[in-house]
Amino acid sequence: MKRFFAVCAAAALLVPSTLAFAGCADKDSSVVLRVSNWEEYIDLGEWEDDELIDIGEDGIIGVNSMVDDFTEWFNSTHDFKVRVEYSTFGTNEDLYNRLKLGDVYDLVCPSDYMLMKLIAEEAFVEFSDAFWDTSVEENYYANNVSGYIDGADGEGIFNDEEYNWHKKAACYMWGTTGIVYNPEEVPAEDVSGWDILLNEEYNRRVTAKDNVRDAYFATLGIINKDKLSGADKAERSAILNDTDDGTISRAQEVLKSIKDNVYSFETDSGKADMVTGKVVANYQWSGDAVYIMDEADADETELWYSVPDECTNLWFDGWMMLKDGIGGNERRQTAAEAFVNFLSRPDNAVRNMYYIGYTSAIAGETVFEYMDGNYGAEEDEEQTISYDLSYFFGEDSVLTVGAADFEVAAGGGINRGRQLFAQYPPQNVIDRSVVMLDFGEKLADINRMWINVRCPDLKDFSPVTVGVVAALCAAAAAGVCLYVFRYRLFIDYRPKKGFEKV
Amino acid sequence: MTKLRFNRSQLCIPYAVFLILFVIAPLVVIVYYAFTNGQGNFTFANFINFFAGTNTLGTLVYSFALATVTTLVCLVIAYPTAYVLARSNFKKKYVLLMLFVLPMWINFTLRITALKEILTVFEGNIAKYPFLNSVIGMTYDFLPFMILPLYTSLLKLDKSLLEAASDLGANRFTVFMRVTLPLSVPGIISGMTMVLLPSMTNYVVLDMLYNSTYIMGSLIGSYFSAYDWNNGSLISLVLLVIIFLVTLVTNRFSDKDAGNRGAVL
Repeated sequence: MKRFFAVCAAAALLVPSTLAFAGCADKDSSVVLRVSNWEEYIDLGEWEDDELIDIGEDGIIGVNSMVDDFTEWFNSTHDFKVRVEYSTFGTNEDLYNRLKLGDVYDLVCPSDYMLMKLIAEEAFVEFSDAFWDTSVEENYYANNVSGYIDGADGEGIFNDEEYNWHKKAACYMWGTTGIVYNPEEVPAEDVSGWDILLNEEYNRRVTAKDNVRDAYFATLGIINKDKLSGADKAERSAILNDTDDGTISRAQEVLKSIKDNVYSFETDSGKADMVTGKVVANYQWSGDAVYIMDEADADETELWYSVPDECTNLWFDGWMMLKDGIGGNERRQTAAEAFVNFLSRPDNAVRNMYYIGYTSAIAGETVFEYMDGNYGAEEDEEQTISYDLSYFFGEDSVLTVGAADFEVAAGGGINRGRQLFAQYPPQNVIDRSVVMLDFGEKLADINRMWINVRCPDLKDFSPVTVGVVAALCAAAAAGVCLYVFRYRLFIDYRPKKGFEKV
Repeated sequence: MTKLRFNRSQLCIPYAVFLILFVIAPLVVIVYYAFTNGQGNFTFANFINFFAGTNTLGTLVYSFALATVTTLVCLVIAYPTAYVLARSNFKKKYVLLMLFVLPMWINFTLRITALKEILTVFEGNIAKYPFLNSVIGMTYDFLPFMILPLYTSLLKLDKSLLEAASDLGANRFTVFMRVTLPLSVPGIISGMTMVLLPSMTNYVVLDMLYNSTYIMGSLIGSYFSAYDWNNGSLISLVLLVIIFLVTLVTNRFSDKDAGNRGAVL
């Protein structure tokens, strides 16, 4: 017994000593940067040689993963070393739960509403003034981020008082929501509204998103179709961020019908189902829409992306430094800011955009050139249109693109198109976009509504189902009874007399 | 130097530690959360939420129906299979058994993905038959768990009893009904518990086969992802109680049966 305790004691001694060693390493030379990002949301490298993007002197190509490249770059340009512990999460809620359960990260990349939640909880560390110093060339974020997204001059959506993300978060990717569809199966007028999710013509041939925010947004679009057509920005935002009890219960009824009409509520499988043609339309985020269209192009199927006439959800994913992780450690904050800057270097932004299909918040020439190279019209192309991206890339940023990839409405607006349209929505789409705020205190009610939609309600069971189930149960019970009495299953094996239990 | 020696009870320590860390402690946490609210105050609200909500009860009924049908289908397929396997001659038997166990070695999401494609070939649009597909998927997933216990209990079956029965004039049907079937009841019971309970919560199959209706597992998951640990824990607790009750009932059955066998012998 003594021996046993000795072993235990030895083991107990070992644990703190290893911890102490780890602590030493941390102090002496390198900083560990704990980053958590969405799955498949960064360039992992290993491109083929022919994937080289021909911009700049050497072209852009992802040989190593972005994280490795960052480590190498950082270690060769700073006076201390960094080691990145990179991990991923699947949903914003997943990340939030992990934070609440005590996981510590220095830098995370959740979506807009989760940023709001973290800001409200004061869990963030503000980006330093040095980060915003545009005279330093290595401050790639401050130098290159689009003025539309996050301008230092007080312009840009991140500066909006209502959201107040400026300096608290640095935008990584952004986009819209819409519907990917196969124009051979679905005419344009059917995808011009969110009500395609309810359209019985496409019964079980449309997918919707399996998360309550996207589902609720589209539902509000359907319910308020008429109101939205003439609404201005403030009204639109109010309508689509409406969380009154009455609205929630109306949405519940509509969502129940949507559930009965769609192919699936999916998080990821919709991409493949769309490409393989199992479904003809697919509620999608713009970046995944680009991915789907690319994949389908490889299969020689032409898919399009439509932004419904009512509204679209303008969303952002942004990097935020967390108090729990940074903890006042200056070096760590430097490393975290450098990480954001490295991702914001235009060539790296292009790498990420190429790899994941989403749209970077980084503007600037390199990115514009990349878009031009991808989508710009060939010289011999007969019908071209001007695709105005001035709002994002600055004045006179107009691409000349082939007209075949866009559906231009009578007033000049573009509501449906292919990859470029999904990646950079035109001004008329921006005009009807709405940022969806955090549900705040209404979160529990809306989650309950979603559970009500998904759960079978006792009251909804049809008499036929109940009858069939009851009949089956009765039959099973009768069978067992019959068997027991006929063959006396559990009794009567013992002899009638002279039996004693052993 | 003295040798490192353990006595028998000390050898249990690793397991005891495991038990405390991964069984007892989580249970305590679940019970704590199930009967508290978000602020940590004692409450029955979660309990009432579950048993007064028509949709939570509906989910329970739906999951139970799904699980029952799956179990019956598994039983109907597995019993003849196990019977034939147990009776076949020695050499072929293990190959055959292997064929049934082999799918278990392949990751089940992979198998379900393949199944999805197969069902699409047969059904066209698989989203139109969510319940049927869920039953097929679950059956595919859990069939080996039904076959194995049945196979072992049929294999253990004393052949001399069968011979005695036929010597005493019973025809093959009667032998089966009065000897084989009663003696395989423990196998049936353990097979049924091994299929029934997991298929009440295995929502991955439903997700992958596009059944967008929630079962108990997905309900718990949806509460947890909405940071509602309390209601989620209560539902876990309800499932736990159901499992406990089922085990209690089935234990009675198998005990009785063991007694009977003793009497026969």
